[in-house]
Amino acid sequence: MSRMTDRPLAVSAPGPAPAAGPVTKGSPAGTAQAPRPGRGPSAGRRSPLARGGWTPWLYLAPALVVIGGLLVYPVYQLGLISFLEYTQAQVSGGEPTSFEGFGNYAALFRDEQFWQVLLATVVFAGACVVSTLAVGCALAVLLTRVRALPRLALMLAALGAWATPAVTGSTVWLLLFDPDFGPVNRVLGLGDHSWTYGRYSAFALVLLEVVWCSFPFVMVTVYAGIRAVPSEVLEAASLDGASQWRIWRSVLAPMLRPILVVVTIQSVIWDFKVFTQIYVMTNGGGIAGQNLVLNVYAYQKAFASSQYGLGSAIGVVMLLILLAVTLVYLRLLRRQGEEL
Amino acid sequence: MTSTDSVRSGFVRDLVRRSVRRPWRLAAEVSALLIAAVVAFPLYWMVLSAFKPAGEIESSEPRPWTLSPSLDSFRRVFGQQEFGRYFLNSLVVAVTVVAVSALIAFLAATAVTRFRFRFRTTLLIMFLVAQMVPVEALTIPLFFQMRDFGQLNTLGALILPHIAFSLPFAIWMLRGFVKAVPEALEEAAHIDGASRTRFLWQILFPLVFPGLVATSVFSFISAWNDFLFAKSFIISDTSQSTLPMALLVFYKPDDPDWGGVMAGSTVMTIPVLIFFVLVQRRLVSGLGGAVKD
Repeated sequence: MSRMTDRPLAVSAPGPAPAAGPVTKGSPAGTAQAPRPGRGPSAGRRSPLARGGWTPWLYLAPALVVIGGLLVYPVYQLGLISFLEYTQAQVSGGEPTSFEGFGNYAALFRDEQFWQVLLATVVFAGACVVSTLAVGCALAVLLTRVRALPRLALMLAALGAWATPAVTGSTVWLLLFDPDFGPVNRVLGLGDHSWTYGRYSAFALVLLEVVWCSFPFVMVTVYAGIRAVPSEVLEAASLDGASQWRIWRSVLAPMLRPILVVVTIQSVIWDFKVFTQIYVMTNGGGIAGQNLVLNVYAYQKAFASSQYGLGSAIGVVMLLILLAVTLVYLRLLRRQGEEL
Repeated sequence: MTSTDSVRSGFVRDLVRRSVRRPWRLAAEVSALLIAAVVAFPLYWMVLSAFKPAGEIESSEPRPWTLSPSLDSFRRVFGQQEFGRYFLNSLVVAVTVVAVSALIAFLAATAVTRFRFRFRTTLLIMFLVAQMVPVEALTIPLFFQMRDFGQLNTLGALILPHIAFSLPFAIWMLRGFVKAVPEALEEAAHIDGASRTRFLWQILFPLVFPGLVATSVFSFISAWNDFLFAKSFIISDTSQSTLPMALLVFYKPDDPDWGGVMAGSTVMTIPVLIFFVLVQRRLVSGLGGAVKD
């Protein structure tokens, strides 16, 4: 919100403001009055480093060049290509590129498969996010209830799952659920039931793998957040006779809200973009494309059937959806009053 | 336990609570261990299958142990393909991405936390938005861009985009660490006559280093795991391939060589595991710090 609120975090010593004030000789503003909460146009106190002139831009230059060249420019290009007729003929220079306007989008929105894939993506990502958060939060709470040894065991197992690359995770889960040689079917007595044959069981299998490799982030982050809650607060609540559930709902949950927002948004972003797991586990989108999600769909359209314009249009749709999520995130951050 | 209650009632309450809690804690610990076993099981199965002799993997009675471990699968993996080379390629990509993006992100994070300048907030919001851009959607324009740079079929085509994509998150996360360094330290250094550059590299950099390590986990993983870029940009020159692509050579959907796939997977997972164990403590505190800030 203001510099006042993040001050105590930056410097844990009480009252650094008066000491820092007189040192800032060069800045006329704000030495007399303490910075007020709210968005002041110019911050009062300035460290020597802060009177930079061009220095901050110098420090930012490499980042801006890289991000501009390899992130912003491609986004612009993506938008551009999505308006072009751009197939193998144009790429190899055989035919001139022609401006299509919204032709690619019109073709996309007329395509029934696109709507099906979009729906599948949203439902699948939603299921992944909910399961990941539920498992991650539950295990974070569990971690606070156990002694060091079980905690270390669970932590190490989770770090292992987290560290596993998506490709290897996918192949290992495929082996576990393999109809012929996998242990899961033996234990469950399913015979040679194939998990990747049916649409829903294939999605369920991918979901299990995604939850397995993404719950650790949620668990570790939420656990770190719970640990950061001062124990006095919890003790005071329990002395006042609050039940466990009540403490969780009325004390911990509000304090953990910022962290929960971060992990939720990160999960939404990651799970919406799942590519490797779907591509490897369902062999490029499943039988007759039954397990396609937007990402894989765009890839297949662009690189497998060389319809780069159409693939880009799908990319733009994804970009817009994630942008909407981002705007929600920014609003939440604002409402929490976090200073950027 | 600083209530105004009498010592006696506090004692009774403790007693009651303990007798209620003990079975619960036991149940919690048992379930924690069970869950840990379930979570670790896929990794165990991967390593186990890598060491199993061929006949045991492809048996309809899979056993969770092996009595005759063999290195055949590893030999096949390293022999049949230039697996060592792919391993090296992956390592070059990941290490370059981690080092370069850490340096660039450190400078940028310093700029946005230690300076007040015009467009600062705008920039921060832009970094946040950039984080959300789906890397995968940009594969198509990046493909043409890499072609124009002459980077197709080289490791550069993997390194450059990964640096760009790991920067926004790294800057965003490092902010908390740079902010946590007291500004009084800068003033002291300034008064002692240290130049800005000297302060940056000799004081701030070492102090922020733990944060850089925590951040680098994410750039390392994204670069090491990258599958889509490798698949799209390394199209004809297989000597520039990376591990994820090499792994899939053994994984043919109709008739996978499970021993080879698992041995390759093990080789690919181990460096990341080592990296994680090394930075584990910093990661936990780093995430807490970054999110809390």
